[in-house]
Amino acid sequence: MNRALLRSMLLQRRFEERSAEAYALGKIGGFCHLYIGQEAISAGALSVLRPDDYVVTAYRDHGLALARGMTARAVMAELFGRRDGCAGGKGGSMHLFDSKLNFLGGHGIVGAHIPLAAGVAFAIKYRGGDQVCLCFFGEAAVNIGAFHEALNMAGLWKLPAVFIIENNRYGMGTAVSRAMANEDVTVRAATYNIPGESLDAQDVFAVRDAISRAVERARSNKTPTLLEMRTYRFMGHSMSDAVSGTYRTKAELEEEMRRDPIILLKTHMTGAGEIDDDAYAKLDDEIKAEVQDSWDFADASPEPELEELYANVVVE
Amino acid sequence: MAIVTFRDALNQALREEMQNDDRVFLMGEEVAEYNGAYKVSRGLLDEFGPMRVVDTPIAELGFAGIGVGAAMVGLRPVIEFMTWNFALLAIDQVVNAAAKMLYMSNGQFRMPMVFRGPNGAALQLSAQHSQAWESWLAHIPGLKVVTPATPYDAKGLLKSAIRDDNPVVFLEGEMLYNTKGEVPEGEEILIPLGKAERKREGEHCSIIAHGKTVLIAIQVADALAKEGIRIDVIDLRTVRPMDVDAIAESVKKTNRAVVVEEGWEVCGIGAQVVDYIQRECFDYLDAPVLRVHQADVPMPYARNLERAAKPDAQKVTAAVRKVLYQE
Repeated sequence: MNRALLRSMLLQRRFEERSAEAYALGKIGGFCHLYIGQEAISAGALSVLRPDDYVVTAYRDHGLALARGMTARAVMAELFGRRDGCAGGKGGSMHLFDSKLNFLGGHGIVGAHIPLAAGVAFAIKYRGGDQVCLCFFGEAAVNIGAFHEALNMAGLWKLPAVFIIENNRYGMGTAVSRAMANEDVTVRAATYNIPGESLDAQDVFAVRDAISRAVERARSNKTPTLLEMRTYRFMGHSMSDAVSGTYRTKAELEEEMRRDPIILLKTHMTGAGEIDDDAYAKLDDEIKAEVQDSWDFADASPEPELEELYANVVVE
Repeated sequence: MAIVTFRDALNQALREEMQNDDRVFLMGEEVAEYNGAYKVSRGLLDEFGPMRVVDTPIAELGFAGIGVGAAMVGLRPVIEFMTWNFALLAIDQVVNAAAKMLYMSNGQFRMPMVFRGPNGAALQLSAQHSQAWESWLAHIPGLKVVTPATPYDAKGLLKSAIRDDNPVVFLEGEMLYNTKGEVPEGEEILIPLGKAERKREGEHCSIIAHGKTVLIAIQVADALAKEGIRIDVIDLRTVRPMDVDAIAESVKKTNRAVVVEEGWEVCGIGAQVVDYIQRECFDYLDAPVLRVHQADVPMPYARNLERAAKPDAQKVTAAVRKVLYQE
């Protein structure tokens, strides 16, 4: 299990490092929000799920898509805007979808997908199923109305959803302290009469534990949970802003990067004798090759046919 | 032939489709225990229970989004807005989520859902409660926008909307709920979306209308018929997709047209109709096409001002006489 977690996190990291490179080369356009620094959340949380559970997230979605099992090829081709992308090149970085993996996007309006997750959970309950829906969003989304409306109804109707705040401390360039009257987001869970928990999400085991408890509550008791994952993004908000220097200092960034979730897991595994430097290097090489393959695949994939412009606007 | 109200025709459509398909559910404010703010959902809670007829808190954005999420995983939600004026709070879910999901996901996630509720002005409800939203909504690719005028059409179009695999915006004229019309019993009524219907036949002038204004058009046509002026009344029924063929066929016959709508002039539905007419019927026109619409003001409260702001038979008649060069 630990090796699978490490592999997932490292794949996300290497994939996005190359995404940044491809962006700089103009192979990826538009907005591109990297997940680097937050990989313990995606790897840990999705390792708990069953294939028939559901995942919905915001626009910082590459890491979660890969952790859910989308291939690097399908994601990279989507970022490149090519035919073999997971959405045929129509969605792009912010709108990754895979119906077979119950990966429900990839949504670009802050907080607007939180009611969608409540709706998926409503459907689960409607059908009498025991799946859960995991919903990921940044901490800035807890200030928007959609969050409150969705959590109120999820709490009121006992919907099997887990609402996961990825608190990377900045809503674009606005620090939490400049945006929230009460920074203790777990207090908000109490408002909706649901369990809430805050944890250090650079520790993948802490993530797994908290998600396991929340998923169990949702499956068995149809009780939603609000979790605050305290993390940090090592890159800018998107590819268009500086990593540090404007809204946060280089010193702060360097301090946080000392708690790189991948290094923390590797250190743990090394201490437990589960991996050594050679094995890690070998794994890393394998993953780099996989990412290179995804790049080559995306590069070779044709652009969408022009007829695709008018396809799937409506179901005919 | 049974005579039923517009609201009961909608109620029949909901009941029949909920009986037909257990994925269909109704959600909104006051739809269950209160039986609907306009009694469209009367009796449905008793028949289908609280999981399928769901009262919500006052949270339009939230429950519209819940509908979108449920539709993504295969349910067929009918989301009721107490009025479309309140739906503005939820418009992100309609425009950014429901309308785009199929396209963004390249066909992977369908949106088989209906957003419905009263639309347009009633009587003296003043500015924030008296608005016709169809031109806003019809602007959006990915949506279908339906505007029934009669009980029969309301039933047949709502049933089709619920069965459609796309997000359908269903706009019910608030003043239409008490209107009555024939709706045959024991007959499956399904009216295809995107098809207009000729409500009166004539060769002197076309009146193109939708929703509540169809009743004005019929009233005008019947009155002018007594003078020997025969009007072709085209009820669009669905404003997106719009039945361009029906418009063109009528105008090519009459060579004159008046376009009526409840909404405002600028970028209105009528503007789109006129655009189609100039493209399809340029050589057939004997007069400029005229439009009748709400005055370009927020709706006033005072009775006389409200009356002055709304399209009515007198204004439509005047427009018809003008395109006939009879004034």
